[in-house]
Order: sequence, then structure tokens, then C-alpha cells
Amino acid sequence: MASVHAIPSLDEQYEFTAEAKRRLIIGGVVGVALVAIGSFLLASGVGEHAHEAVQGHGLSEGHEGAHGHYTWMTRFWANVWVNSVYFTGIAVAGMFFLSYNYLAQAGWSSVIKRIPEAMPAFLPVMGIIMLATFLIAGHDLFHWTHAELYVKGGEGYDPIIAGKKGFLNTPFFLGRMIFYFVSWYFLWRILRNYSLQEDLNGGTEYYYKSMKFGVVFLVIFAVTSSTAAWDLIMSIDTHWFSTMFGWYTLASWHVAGLATMTLVVVMLKEQGYLQAVNQSHLHDLGKFIFAFSIFWTYVWFAQFMLIYYANLPEETIYYRERFSGYGGIYLAPFFVNLFLNFVFPFLVLMTRDAKRTTVLLKVACWGVLVGHYFDFYTNIMPGTVGEHGGFGPIEFGMILIFACAFIWSVSTQLTKANLIAKNHPLLEEALHHDI
Amino acid sequence: MHITSAVRTPLVSGGKTYADVTEDVCRQVEGKPTREWTIAFTISALVLVYGSACVFYTWWEGLGVWGLNKTVGWAWDITNFVWWVGIGHAGTLISAILLLFRQKWRTSVNRAAEAMTIFAVVCAAMFIFMHMGRPWMAYWALPLPNTFGSLWVNFKSPLVWDVFAISTYFTVSLVFWYMGLVPDLATIRDRARSKVSRYIYGALSLGWNGSAKTWARYEYMSLILAGISTPLVLSVHTIVSMDFATSVIPGWHTTIFPPYFVAGAIFSGFAMVQNLMLIIRVVFKLEDYITTEHIESMNKIITLTGSIVGVAYITEFFIAWYSGSEFESYAFINRASGPYWWAYWAMMTCNVISPQLFWSKTIRTSVVWTFVLSVVVNIGMWFERFVIIVTSLHRDYLPSSWAMFHPTLFDISDYIFSFGLFFTLFLLFAKFLPVVNMAEVKAIIKSSSEKLPQSVSGVAKGERVTNPTFNKNVD
Repeated sequence: MASVHAIPSLDEQYEFTAEAKRRLIIGGVVGVALVAIGSFLLASGVGEHAHEAVQGHGLSEGHEGAHGHYTWMTRFWANVWVNSVYFTGIAVAGMFFLSYNYLAQAGWSSVIKRIPEAMPAFLPVMGIIMLATFLIAGHDLFHWTHAELYVKGGEGYDPIIAGKKGFLNTPFFLGRMIFYFVSWYFLWRILRNYSLQEDLNGGTEYYYKSMKFGVVFLVIFAVTSSTAAWDLIMSIDTHWFSTMFGWYTLASWHVAGLATMTLVVVMLKEQGYLQAVNQSHLHDLGKFIFAFSIFWTYVWFAQFMLIYYANLPEETIYYRERFSGYGGIYLAPFFVNLFLNFVFPFLVLMTRDAKRTTVLLKVACWGVLVGHYFDFYTNIMPGTVGEHGGFGPIEFGMILIFACAFIWSVSTQLTKANLIAKNHPLLEEALHHDI
Repeated sequence: MHITSAVRTPLVSGGKTYADVTEDVCRQVEGKPTREWTIAFTISALVLVYGSACVFYTWWEGLGVWGLNKTVGWAWDITNFVWWVGIGHAGTLISAILLLFRQKWRTSVNRAAEAMTIFAVVCAAMFIFMHMGRPWMAYWALPLPNTFGSLWVNFKSPLVWDVFAISTYFTVSLVFWYMGLVPDLATIRDRARSKVSRYIYGALSLGWNGSAKTWARYEYMSLILAGISTPLVLSVHTIVSMDFATSVIPGWHTTIFPPYFVAGAIFSGFAMVQNLMLIIRVVFKLEDYITTEHIESMNKIITLTGSIVGVAYITEFFIAWYSGSEFESYAFINRASGPYWWAYWAMMTCNVISPQLFWSKTIRTSVVWTFVLSVVVNIGMWFERFVIIVTSLHRDYLPSSWAMFHPTLFDISDYIFSFGLFFTLFLLFAKFLPVVNMAEVKAIIKSSSEKLPQSVSGVAKGERVTNPTFNKNVD
């Protein structure tokens, strides 16, 4: 296997071609068109009659969403929210990966480090969209934002939600959201800056500094990943609570981020870039996806099973809504979620050869990526749109818009630096990586 | 060709040759027991004898000798069980998970850590047998054909899942540990001078001949067992946590329990590994193999897992308030400010605050600090289980059932018994088996030595050089 040890050139400049840009623009335009068509159809009531027929079977009395004033706009904003949560997670997972690889002094990953490094650049876009969505459509998405819930003796008074006021109130919520995006993004800027400096100047100084700030990020993220999950997702179903929810969301974000990274690595390799990345690196990435899709399943199952087993009404309602509520429209996404995020990658990536085969890696990554969209879909949609949910042009269009924007952002970042962090002190280990 | 970057801290110091590794590790096995070992073993054996008498009395007289009452039906027994099982987790983490992560520093601590795992699981199992009251009926926990009347295990009970999880875990850990021992046992066999030890170590080494084929199988088997052990070790403490979390008792029923218990288990296990390794490295003069880098790495894992546990505590506390469930909120406020406040704050101080001291490089590279904080962590982890179990139970839904738990002499002595058992077994292991995996340490000598000798395959500096062993029929 002499070829494994022949070290190719490390100077690789990614070119974001006009063709790629054109495709992304077309994708974005198609997305906008689909959203427009979908919105038009929803606004003119197409498909609503089907929902009315099943409404009687729904658990609407158990559900707390503010459906009194549902309009098609709610579904529009709910879609923005699902995609924002999803792509925020993928973007920040890049930073998470970078940081823990620094902390663990991982050598093998130094050769692909520029890929996770390119992902968090999308965070400001997500931050602005999420803040705007919350300010414009907060009342549609978050039941707890309604003032009448807190008026003691009032008709809409809800003692449980009123008890959460210390945490769930608009100023504090906005403050937290701003803190998440600002802290995640600026710590990434620091790491990115060191990384680019290292390319120019070499030495180990930037390595040790990156390690330090990576740890700062991990400490902040240890808390904010959980609180962000409570804020951005769990508070939609305002009454419901689960201590696992923070780590469950983190697991979901993390594995979706890993799948994105792997997909980018494989695609770059297929375009002739990343010559220094060999099968052993792909194997390691495959192992990560394999392991963390099982980890996701572990936390998913632990949360589900304990709630199912104890069968306390205030907890089980969450799964009841997804099993049989709203005419059962969430049952299919619920199981698709489990299938794509556990069964599928588990079987596809089981063997050593599969993790070293780019086609199978791509299949598994797409499975996981689609799967985790379903994960956030099943977590967000029932509490926001309830029986009005579904899969129509608006869903597909919104995914297209966000995905094209994200790919654009990552591609732009990739052009800004050499594709391989050539002065990383552990790079030599990665170049000779052979397992 | 594997490259080791210059920024990595060396893992072996003293310019060791392969032969030095063999000499340094085998010295304890082949030599006469040292004075320190004899003293330690005598104390452990005496404690074991005393503890065994107390356990026997517990069985003879019945569980009434414990301080349990109608409200607090589980206390020290289950606390000790969970504590010991948790300690066991570090061994598997080091041997399996760190193997999958290709951490070279695991090579000099894995053997002792795995032995610790096995003995810790044995100690944990003892509390199950004690708690059964009639240990000769222990096989009733197995789903045997129904010839004993209308008894059949309840598969809906996490206690039964425990039986399967822990017995599987114990078996796999034992196999993993023993398979790792085989090449080293063969080394000792080949060096043995007396017929008895040559026979015993020869039998134990299963005909290992060191051929390329046996090594290939060894590595293949290690990876497979690591792959099996990793989900197993997670499953064990997950299921232990479900003994509590599947119930509807406030303070027990919370969904974060499974991963949080696993993190806590690794946390306490590493503290125990630190305590054992710090003693071994001094008494057996293995400072060149168990270096400051090893201690520091383990301290980092202690800080990481301790912080994960800290996040879980805060999450539980927060969600208890957030849930709006008065029972949940009360359970947690009562923990922190009720009659067991001292246990709660002992837990918080020992588990959450004390490992944060390891952020200081001076502290995490200090042997004394490490030793003391590791003891503190294990005290904290014992209190954690006590807090979870007893404070959640002692306030029943009916205030007329409220009670406190008071340990009796037998609660305490049965716990002391487990220490006697653990240290007796561990000292026997440390004397008669190689405490460091020689073969695996040799595998990293070239890549991770502080300085290499002129020839790594050169002769050892030890006494055996003047008195070679290849002439085995000398006596």
C-alpha cells in the first residue's frame, strides 16, 4: 500500500465555481417559488378540508397550542423555525467538533479540520432569522408568549405556565437567544482567526491558544446547548418537560453535523480536493456517525421509555400527540425519524468496508441528515401547527432555501483558506493515518 | 508507519528497552512479597474476615439487622451496590472506549483498571446477594423453567434487566481482561524458574506462542470485545438508573438519569483508578510507566465527567422547578434544605466543586492533590447515591409515613466487608499477575518514549542480566 504513504501536496485552494453558484441560486429560487405556491395553496384553503375531517379524532383538548388564531402563516413560520433550529445545530456542531478535537488532542482529524471550521459561519444568518421570526411570529409559535396566561383570575390564566414566568418571559428569552448566537459565533471567530494565522506563521502558539478557547467554548456550550434546546424547542410544548431534552437535542445536532462534515469531505474528495484524506480518515468519520447515531438513539429511547413506563399524564401527552393526536398525522414522521436515524445508519455503516466506501458513506449521511430533519419536525410541528401540519410545497421549498444558503455559506468559507490546515502541529500524524 | 507528533507528551520515561519493561513489571510477580504488600494484605484480609462474619450474621439473623424501615426500604444496600458498579465503569472505559479512540496512554493503566472493574462488580453483586436475604435462592432471579411453583421473573422489572446486564457485563469484562493477560502470562511462564509457577502460568497462558497469527487474533479479538463492551458498559449503568427512573417517585423519575448515571459512574471509577494507580506506581516503582501525563489525562476525564454530572444536577433542579409539579419541586428543595441537607451539600461539594480544582495545572499534576481529590470524589459519589435513594424515599406522600434512616452496625459493617473483599482481591491480583500490560506498553515504546535507549531491543538493566533465566533447569 505504498499509495497510502505517498503524501500529496498540501496546497489546495477550493474554488467556488460559477456553475456551483448558479445551481445554488436556482435551488434557492425554486425554493422560494415552492414556498410561494405552498403559501398560496394554504392561504386559499386547499387541503384544509381533509384536516377538518380528522379534527374530531385529535387530542385538541390535551393540546396547549394557541390554535384559536391559526392561519397559514403559522405553518410558514413553523417551517422557518424547524429549518433554523436544524441548521443552527449543524453550524454549531462544526464548532463543537473542532473544540473537542482540540481538547482531546486528536491528530487524525487535523487534515479535515477546515470543513467543520467552515460551518459555524452560518450562525449569524440563523441568529438573525430566528430573532426576527420570534419577534414577528412569536405568538404563533410559542404559546407562552401570550399575556393572558399570566393574568391571575383571568379567563386564560394558566397556573402552570404562569409558574414558569421567571424563565419564560420575552426579555429573558431574547437575551438568552442573543447570548447563544453571540458567544458561539465569536468563539468560533477566535478559533478561525488562530487557524488562519497558523497557516501563515506556523509554530505551536496558535495550537495551544486554540485549545484554550476550544475549552472555553465547551464550557459555555455545556450549559447553552441544554438551555438552547429548552428555549428553542421544548418551550413550544410549554407544559411539557423532560430533563433529557437538552442532551437529546445536542445528540441530534451533533450527529447531523457529523453527517454534514462527512458529506462535504466526500464531495470535495470526489471533486479532486483533499488528496491527503485517505480511507482511514473516512473510516473514522464513518465510525463517528455510526457511534453517535447509536448515541442519539440511546438518549431518544431513554427519554421515550422512561416516560412511557411511568405513564404520568403530564409527560405522556407529548408522545400521545405524536402517536395518535391530530388524526395521527405525526405517527409516520415519528417512525421515519427512528428508522432513518437508527436502523438505517446502523445497518449501512455496520461493516468496516462500508465506512471506507464513499457511496455507502454518502447514503448513510443523507439518511441521517433527512432523519434529523424529521427529528426536529416531530418535535416542533405538533406544538405549533397541530392538525394543520403536513408535507407540502412549503416544507420542501423551505428546506431548499435554507440548504442552498447553508451550502453557499460553507462554500464561501472554504475558499477563504487553504483546504488543509498545513501548519497544524498534529497534521503529520493525520497525513500518515493508517488504520 | 505511524507518526507521533512532537507536541505530544511522552508516555514512557527512563529510556526503557523492551527487556526493561519485562523486568520492571515481572519483578513483583516473581519476587518475594514486599513488606508493604504483606502489611496491606494482612489488614485487608482481617477486614474481610470481620466483614464476612457480619455478612454471615446478616444472613443468619435476617435483614432486620439493617436500619431499613417501612418508608426507607432501600438505603445503604442499594447505595453501596450502585457505588461499586459505578466504580467498575472506569476499567471498561479505559480498556474498551479508549482503545477505540486509540489513546496510547491507556496501555499502562488498563490492566489494573480492568481488574478493578471485575472486583468492583463482585463487590456490587455481594450487596444483591445480601439484599436477597436468602442467597441460596439467588438462582430465582434467572428465568429458569417453572418447576419451583408459580414463580417466574418479572421481565417488566428493571431489577431483572440488571441481572442480565450485570452478568453479561461481568462475563465480557472478565474475558477481555483475561485475554489481555494471556501474552503477559506467557512471558512469565517463559521466565519461570520453579516448576510450580511454570506449570501454573503455563496453564493460564493457554499455549500462547507469540506467533504472528496469535498476535493478529489478539488484536482482532481486542477490537471486537471493545466494540461489545462499549454499549455494554453504557447499558449497565443505564439499567441501574432505571431501577429508580422507571418509578413515579419524585426525585427518581427523571429522563436524564441514564446518561447522567453513566457519566457519574465513569467519574467515580476514574477516581478509584487514580487511587489505586498512585499507590501502585510508588510501591512497585512504576513511575516511568505511570507518568504525570497519565495522571493528568485521568484528571482531565474526572473533570469532564464531573462537570457533566454537574450539568445534570443543575438540569434536574431547574426542571423540577420548571415542571410546575409541586412534588418534584419539593423533592429537590427538600434535598438541599431538608433534614438530609448535609448529605446533599457533601455531594455537591465533593462532586461538582472539588473536581473543578483540576482546572489548575499545578493541582492536576500533583500526586498528593490527585490522591486526596480522588478520595473526595468517591465520597461524593457515595453521597450522591445516598441522596438520590434516601432523600427521595424518606418523605412519602403521606406525612404520617415520613421517616429518617439510621444505619446500624450491620449496615456499616457490611459496607466495610466490601472494602475487605475488594482490597484482598486487588492485592492478590497485584502480587500474582502483572499489573501493567507489558506487551501493550512495549508496543508504544518506540513512538512514545521520552528518550530511547541506544537499542530498544537491548538487554535489561535489572538483576536478571547477571543471572540469566534462559537456562531454566538451573535449579
